[in-house]
Amino acid sequence: MDEIRDLYQEVILDHNKHPRNFHKMENADSTLDGYNPLCGDHYTFYLRFDGDVIAEVSFEGSGCAISKASASIMSAILKGKKRDEAERLFELFTGIVTGRIAAEEHIAELGKLAAFAGVAEFPVRVKCATLPWHTMHGALQGENDKVSTE
Amino acid sequence: MSTMWNDKAPVAAAPSAAAFDAWRVRADFPALRQTVRGRPLIYLDNAASTHKPKVVIDTVARFYSEEYSNVHRGVHYLSQLATDLYEDARRTAQQFLNARREEEIVFVRGTTEAINLVAQTFGRSKLGPGDEIIVSAIEHHANIVPWQMICREKGATLRVIPIDEHGELILDAFEPMLSERTKLVSIVHVSNALGTVNPVKEIIEIAHRHGVPVLVDGAQSVQHMPVDVQELDCDFFALSGHKIYGPTGIGVLYGKKALLDDMPPYQGGGDMILSVSFERTVYNDVPFKFEAGTPNIAGAIGLAAALKYFRSLDIAAIAAHENELLEYATRKLEAIDALRIIGTATHKASVISFTLCAVHPHDIGTILDQHGIAVRAGHHCAQPVMQHFGIPATARASFSFYNTMEDVDALAHGIESVLEVFT
Repeated sequence: MDEIRDLYQEVILDHNKHPRNFHKMENADSTLDGYNPLCGDHYTFYLRFDGDVIAEVSFEGSGCAISKASASIMSAILKGKKRDEAERLFELFTGIVTGRIAAEEHIAELGKLAAFAGVAEFPVRVKCATLPWHTMHGALQGENDKVSTE
Repeated sequence: MSTMWNDKAPVAAAPSAAAFDAWRVRADFPALRQTVRGRPLIYLDNAASTHKPKVVIDTVARFYSEEYSNVHRGVHYLSQLATDLYEDARRTAQQFLNARREEEIVFVRGTTEAINLVAQTFGRSKLGPGDEIIVSAIEHHANIVPWQMICREKGATLRVIPIDEHGELILDAFEPMLSERTKLVSIVHVSNALGTVNPVKEIIEIAHRHGVPVLVDGAQSVQHMPVDVQELDCDFFALSGHKIYGPTGIGVLYGKKALLDDMPPYQGGGDMILSVSFERTVYNDVPFKFEAGTPNIAGAIGLAAALKYFRSLDIAAIAAHENELLEYATRKLEAIDALRIIGTATHKASVISFTLCAVHPHDIGTILDQHGIAVRAGHHCAQPVMQHFGIPATARASFSFYNTMEDVDALAHGIESVLEVFT
């Protein structure tokens, strides 16, 4: 069952149980839905910008532990990041959960995101982890339609 | 809770229950012998699809090795042999459902295609603006979307029989919904998401009193109970081969001949015509009118082998064994505090949908999988059911006659380990 502990790391279980920034944002500059039709994970993400900087991220919705923890950790990490920094983290995160990028080589940059390296061993769960990031990426790209994993 | 295998007479826990030896029949299923993630496979996803007995695998292999050819057109030996086997398969399906005539058996890809066929032929020719089709609140998407599509095209309305908190139809609401505008009732026999066995015979009687034909979606029923289409008096009946131990990509649409004769063709092509010219094409008779192109010959022959295999088992004993599994699993799972069973109808097939407090079904599925336990997690293509219960998804364990009490123990143990991870 080591794989299970690799997947459900303490930090992931903690953010699942106590998601950070888990609320609606009234004065959001960008609001975008992320939806995984396969399993029904459904979140709404809110972004507020201060110039080029992401001033605030929040989300609401429901889904599995992996998607919820991913959304929560993402919301905490992106606060105060510039757009291009957020895009860089998007590339890095999607890289480690798909196994394209070795997490060990980017430990400092990844911070808590490194907890998601175990997802690479569970291919069907990759979309759970990436749903919040794809939605955020879509919002940064100016999409205003729902982002779907399918 | 009991598995209802006949609308009039629910089977009591039959004495033959003890006579049914799940361990013996397991030997017929090669796939059940494997280990998954280092553990013996415990397959509890039978409502999604069942494994195949060796006789089905061998029949398909023999067909491709020794008997294969196209059907219905060659004068040569193999073509005649393949045609005979294919048409024998039709007769096997006819006998299995006790249809009056073999022409009433149309081979399709599965239940989904069967319902689409009826929607696009019967629906297209009968529906007009203001007309209505009635389904229920526990339908699979396959018995919702085809009707939405044709209703939108024709300006017709889809109406829905409501369900209660147990996942049972509120039958009192049904009869008042019927009117001269109602063109068809299309109802699921057994709910894939909840296991509810619907009183289809009663529904058919009520609908017929109002002159409305009824389609029964039998994708989840035929593998659990005997079905006699004449006794039910349903007008259409649909089933999927892969859910009753047969190959994928093959299923059956039963339709009363008078209705099928009256329906326009589904798809155009070879085999569904008698003669073609650019001025005028004459369609073939039923069932060929609905089987354009080279059919799934091996699938039909494999399905026949599956139906014969299934029939060779004592179906009352199967029903009793599956009911024991259901009752035992219900007891074991109810004993877990954080667990809530979704779907508590009086008459259920051996399907248990459940949620675990604060644990998403996908996380349940992933952790059980590490124990070699295969369950389904998600909305089970029945999102309206999930909406009714105010949940996004469930985990679902669905049992076959080849499952054992030990499988239930393993499931309960696996669920405990899910809770350990999440507490």
